[in-house]
Amino acid sequence: MSAPLLAIEGLTKRFGGLTAVKDLTLNVEAGSIASLIGPNGAGKSTVFNVITGIYTPTAGDVKLDGRSIVGFKPHQVAGTGVMRTFQNIRLFAFMTVLENVMVGDQTRMHATPFDSAFRTPRAQKEERAVTERAMELLDYVGLASYAREWARNLPYGMQRRLEIARALAPQPRLLLLDEPAAGANPTEKRDLMGLVRSIRDRGITIVLIEHDMKLVMGISDRVTVLDYGEKISEGDPQTVRHDPRVIEAYLGKGA
Amino acid sequence: MSAGERSLRARVRLPLGIGEVQAWQALGLVAIIALFVFYPLIDRNQGDVSSVADAGYFLLLVFGLNIVVGFAGLLDLGYAAFFAIGAYAYAMVASTQFNLHFNFWPMLILSGCVAALFGVILGFPTLRLRGDYLAIVTLGFGEIVPQVFLNLDKYTGGPNGISNVDQPVLFGYHFGFNPVPYYYLYLVVALISLVLLNNLKHSRLGRAWMAIREDELAATHMGVNPVTTKLLAFAMGASFAGLAGCIYAAKLTLISPDEFNFSVSVTVLSAIVLGGMGSLTGAFIGGLLLAVLNFKVLPQVTNWTHALGAALHNEAVQNLDLHYIIYGLILVLVMLFRPEGLVSTASRRAELHHAQPAASAAAAGVE
Amino acid sequence: MATFLQQLINGIAQGGMYALIALGYTMVYGIVELINFAHGDVFTLGSFLCIAILALLGVSASGQVIGGWQGALIALLVILLAALLCGVVGVLIERFAYRRLRNAPRLAPLITAIGVSFLLQGVMRNWKGPSEISFPQFLPNPTFSYGGVHIDARELLVVVVSIAMMIALQLFIYNTKLGKAMRASAQDRDAAQLMGINVNSTIAWTFFIGSALAGVAGFISGMYFGTTMFTNGYQAGLKAFTAAVLGGIGNIAGAMLGGFLIGIVEAMTAQYISDQWTNVVVFSILVLILVLRPSGLLGEQLPEKV
Repeated sequence: MSAPLLAIEGLTKRFGGLTAVKDLTLNVEAGSIASLIGPNGAGKSTVFNVITGIYTPTAGDVKLDGRSIVGFKPHQVAGTGVMRTFQNIRLFAFMTVLENVMVGDQTRMHATPFDSAFRTPRAQKEERAVTERAMELLDYVGLASYAREWARNLPYGMQRRLEIARALAPQPRLLLLDEPAAGANPTEKRDLMGLVRSIRDRGITIVLIEHDMKLVMGISDRVTVLDYGEKISEGDPQTVRHDPRVIEAYLGKGA
Repeated sequence: MSAGERSLRARVRLPLGIGEVQAWQALGLVAIIALFVFYPLIDRNQGDVSSVADAGYFLLLVFGLNIVVGFAGLLDLGYAAFFAIGAYAYAMVASTQFNLHFNFWPMLILSGCVAALFGVILGFPTLRLRGDYLAIVTLGFGEIVPQVFLNLDKYTGGPNGISNVDQPVLFGYHFGFNPVPYYYLYLVVALISLVLLNNLKHSRLGRAWMAIREDELAATHMGVNPVTTKLLAFAMGASFAGLAGCIYAAKLTLISPDEFNFSVSVTVLSAIVLGGMGSLTGAFIGGLLLAVLNFKVLPQVTNWTHALGAALHNEAVQNLDLHYIIYGLILVLVMLFRPEGLVSTASRRAELHHAQPAASAAAAGVE
Repeated sequence: MATFLQQLINGIAQGGMYALIALGYTMVYGIVELINFAHGDVFTLGSFLCIAILALLGVSASGQVIGGWQGALIALLVILLAALLCGVVGVLIERFAYRRLRNAPRLAPLITAIGVSFLLQGVMRNWKGPSEISFPQFLPNPTFSYGGVHIDARELLVVVVSIAMMIALQLFIYNTKLGKAMRASAQDRDAAQLMGINVNSTIAWTFFIGSALAGVAGFISGMYFGTTMFTNGYQAGLKAFTAAVLGGIGNIAGAMLGGFLIGIVEAMTAQYISDQWTNVVVFSILVLILVLRPSGLLGEQLPEKV
């Protein structure tokens, strides 16, 4: 078996007296969809925030393709091909939909400030390529006709999709989706399932935080359950679904 | 729609990356540029030309600060410091102060570079600061820099400043005290600046600035390096002030520390907000309006009240100074009735007015 | 040592004034997140109003001294009236220049604040002329000396009044219903509104109290320096705002701490370095402190919610 794309080893994160994540070990195989579930406050988002460099772990290691990315700044993490979305959508409100996606492609661009100011031929060429790729992505998530709108003007569901397109811009290796189905209706959820699968089929590994069990069980290759920062169960959806510890965590003892 | 109307609405691709506009807009642009090019030939009053030329340095300041505040969203209240640095950089090496007489043209570029360097130096400690904390620190720098120039009187002439600053010479033509060549110098620099700024706005760097402005945390997760991006904004913004300072010193031939005080920083900022944040057209219109208002119209009003008082033999009217009352009222009224600035696209305007309910609805959806 | 103590006293006196003005900045910022640039000019307006009220009472700058209970009564009356009038001006400014812009883009109210500042300066300039005007020194000014350190009554007045005001404010904020409404609105305006707090009137009262304190500062500054000028508000306001930021903006105790700190640093710089460098030193310290503690000395470090 090949080495996992993402390897979290003994990760602990404490905030003062509160232990948000405790000794978490988690491997994500390349090309798979892994889900992170658990009740509110279980530490799921904290795991994302440690991976993407907002927090440094109290203990443990995070490895991407065998290389530790602990201590990397968020933009450096993005540079290694790890992109993410946010639980509470964080688009660039007063930039156009197209520009939002183009920002996502920053790490693959090479234009220097000089190129930018003087529109050198190579900058023009790069700019055209980036615009083209961004338009393709917008087409892919079904937002091509809104390219010139302010991101702010999009309805909620489209903003979620735009955030995904923005994160896909540099063709990341790993995509972290933080509750992409929050606030979505059943149709939107079904569309989202299709989208996530198709992203995986593009060769992008996905880690998903999600509350919607049907969605999680429907698309995940592997599910990890956190409760109070600790891993209480792990396995394929079927195994996890029937794990008594998971049922207890969600429904309480005696359920 | 008639054939004429249709051709006016046809899309025209402008050179230099300005982009595609409708034909009538292109015609308007050409007409405006032509008006500026021929202005000194139309208005032969040297005083008028001089005032409009002075609008040139103010516009350059507005363009530069627009990078920092409008593009990158970093509230800088001490921008006049870089104007001072540019002016002193030239004046110190091209005057009788040290009997150095460096050539104006390389110094024009070098003043911009020196100001940019200070932009980085002063920008560095502010990188971690947010919003209004940044504002007060930059305000502090705006106070420190002129005071340093005031106090280092051995080098800067102290409160008297530096006089006998060299005037530019181009291919044997002496600019002297004639405002017309300065006018054209400002015009050329301003036009080049506009093209460069427009390029920047639609580039990798420009998008990085705006992303930082909109949401710094999200921007860094998209791979934007916040340190270099912000420092580039400070440096490039300051370089415009450096250029402006150099020409300003050469035109006036005399500079002193009190010309670079807070009111300069504030007026430049007002022009940007008045014009419409982040918009180049807005910056241009806001800058031009405030320059004309402050350099021409309001001093004229003071002259009128003075003359009126003299005619009426009324000392109270004669001593009336309405400059700051009118100026203050204009700032308040424009902001009250157009809080998004004079130039803003319709969609943005609609959004800003309805921003609150939309935002809370979205927040409610997440919970 | 005596010099040091003397400068410490001067610094505390000057700092008390900054602190009083800083309170207005910090209270307003706490609730509406606006740098109220006009606040410094309300302070100067306070000095101007005091001169006008004194003139109405027949006290002019001729140097007449009114001792005893009469002098104290006049001082009290002038302070109260100036505070009241400044408070009203503050409320009017909020009502007409800021309220409409509460949900506007961030910089719009900043620019109106600057506009109001110019407006007030313009009015004061036309009212009393463009040069320095003298403030009637109508109170007796005995000097108390101890071990080579001199305190005169004016310095004592500044320190006593500013500290009394701060204690009163602190009691008010923590013990009255309105004070609680202010703190609640500063924490979360929307939630406060949902809890039935009238946010509009709470904000108006905040402006009233902040501006009234500036009016008091206008009186004691006039007594302390003996002169005033229509542009005085800029430097004083700048220092006061710096004090508010230094202490942690929105934090009332922080504003006081910052005010005294800046006053003392200024006095010490003037004594031991040179009074030409006070601004450079003050702002360098500000930068240094904010680099080490980006939310000010007593400000809370709030991590961004992701």
